[in-house]
Amino acid sequence: MAQASTSTEPRVVLTARGLGKDFFGFTAVNNVNLDVHHARIHALIGPNGAGKTTVFNLLTKFLQPTRGQITLLGTDITGTRPDAVARMGLVRSFQISAVFPDLTVLENVRVALQRPAGLHVQFWRGMGALDRLNARADELIDNLGLAPWRDTRAADLSYGRKRVLEIATTLALDPEVLLLDEPMAGMGHEDVHMVADIIRGVAQSRAVLMVEHNLSVVADICHHVTVLQRGEILAEGDYATVSADPRVRTAYMGSEA
Amino acid sequence: MANHTQAAGKAGAANVARPRGAGWVLVLIALAALIIAPFVSYPVFVMKLLCFGLFAAAFNLLLGFTGLLSFGHAAFFGGAAYFTAHAAKVWGWQPEWAILIGVAGAALLGLVMGAIAIRRQGIYFAMITLALSQMFFFACLQMPFTHGEDGIQSVPKGSLFGVIELNQGLNMYWFVAVVFALALWAIWLIVHSPYGMILKAIRENEQRAISLGYSVARYKLGAFVMSAAFAGLAGGMKALVMEFATLTDVAWQMSGEVILMTLLGGIGTMAGPIVGAGVIIALQNRLATSDVPVTVVTGIVFMICVLLFRRGIVGELADTRLGRMLGLR
Ligand SMILES: Nc1ncnc2c1ncn2[C@@H]1O[C@H](COP(=O)(O)OP(=O)(O)OP(=O)(O)O)[C@@H](O)[C@H]1O
Ligand SMILES: [Mg+2]
Repeated sequence: MAQASTSTEPRVVLTARGLGKDFFGFTAVNNVNLDVHHARIHALIGPNGAGKTTVFNLLTKFLQPTRGQITLLGTDITGTRPDAVARMGLVRSFQISAVFPDLTVLENVRVALQRPAGLHVQFWRGMGALDRLNARADELIDNLGLAPWRDTRAADLSYGRKRVLEIATTLALDPEVLLLDEPMAGMGHEDVHMVADIIRGVAQSRAVLMVEHNLSVVADICHHVTVLQRGEILAEGDYATVSADPRVRTAYMGSEA
Repeated sequence: MANHTQAAGKAGAANVARPRGAGWVLVLIALAALIIAPFVSYPVFVMKLLCFGLFAAAFNLLLGFTGLLSFGHAAFFGGAAYFTAHAAKVWGWQPEWAILIGVAGAALLGLVMGAIAIRRQGIYFAMITLALSQMFFFACLQMPFTHGEDGIQSVPKGSLFGVIELNQGLNMYWFVAVVFALALWAIWLIVHSPYGMILKAIRENEQRAISLGYSVARYKLGAFVMSAAFAGLAGGMKALVMEFATLTDVAWQMSGEVILMTLLGGIGTMAGPIVGAGVIIALQNRLATSDVPVTVVTGIVFMICVLLFRRGIVGELADTRLGRMLGLR
């Protein structure tokens, strides 16, 4: 609000109002309000156990909120099932890398492409039917530097490459909103830069909400930062504002001491 | 150590050029075995083996390729046996129609049981399928058409398409062999189809499949119904082969047996369930004439299997050099 920016604010694609989640009386998330904008990278940071992943689970409907309301592209999705939310254009990655271990890299990416291409119920056709997805899959695989491992089982990839593969699979759906839970955790230096560039590229025309512990990455690519502590929003704003906030400093010092 | 993992990664990449071609050799050998089997063994024994092999392959479609452990598959196998037997004996239907009604009945049962069980995970799923199949068992015990403890006896084989007398010569055998081969081929096609790929993805990581927009419950239900239908095909054929349908086929022990066959042969392999069924049926045949209790021996086999070779006979073989060359997986 204070930002009387000259350019028009990009449209809001995902909102949360008064979002809360209790686990057997323990409040993991409380009164969280979020506005995720088109063509913006929004960081969600906070100490361990702050509730970041839980917020992701709520937004993607993997968990049912105890309180509050979620809107995606103007539609209330508070009561929608997670697979339907994904089909509406909100796709997430997982903190613990989620790939299909026994499938090859190519097959992993193709699984994401199969549904939009309408190639997911044909039990009478051969695998050859999927070949027409290869061009798009290979493009993603190349862009993410996975080409040498195209035909490797995902289980045989290094941890960092599994994460890259998960991002490739997420991007394959070309979602309107991407939720990335610590996408760079466990990656080598080069991969961090590559993935940061890719996220930046994607965010030209998509909304990104990401949890990230690497603060230099956050400073580098994120337009907006929300800090979560003990399930509640502690501070909000651009990186400079947030990192100067004394409460944020103590929260981080407290957790890292 | 770092070098080691790198080398392993490269080897993994090299593995992938799976020599599918060599796999055809196995298929041809299997077909040849199917043709000479009735001349070197008892046709009834081989037919029984084929029926159970198909039953296990149907079960494996669910456990091996979708990752769902059902403890109620006897309902489909035994249920279809009753439907087929009743249609052939009481209604006088031709065998192909009698078997088809068995398949349809099993698929319908699968749809009902699947729809109830599918939202549960892991052991809860297994327990619900067990409970539902036990309900079906007691229904079979009570319903008049099954003749309770007696079962449906002297089921006529009839004449196939009204022209081929199945009780003459090896006609029944050829019929069973052809249906068996076609059904396995169909299962292979399903596993290696775009739909089969989604089933595998669900087996590998259900949460991820959901996050990619797949309504996993529907795919699982589809697999459950298909598996039930193939199990029904096996059960219907068995009723005609043995000329009876009894409570044994719907009892929970039968559900356990098909799990054992699949585990023993190798989950998630095409040949495994058939090999497993072969071993168990052969074992039962041997022990039937001796004093050794069958259940004890199968229990021991199960324990050896779990302790020593978890991937089953074919699963372990597939990891040897020869197995890789033949593309056993
Ligand atoms: N399913 C659950 N049942 C009970 N408690 C849970 C559940 N999921 C999360 N919690 C609790 O909620 C709190 C927030 O967890 P969450 O995983 O969201 O934190 P996070 O910010 O993602 O942490 P990290 O940085 O370690 O990933 C933790 O105290 C956690 O133990
Ligand atoms: Mg987390």
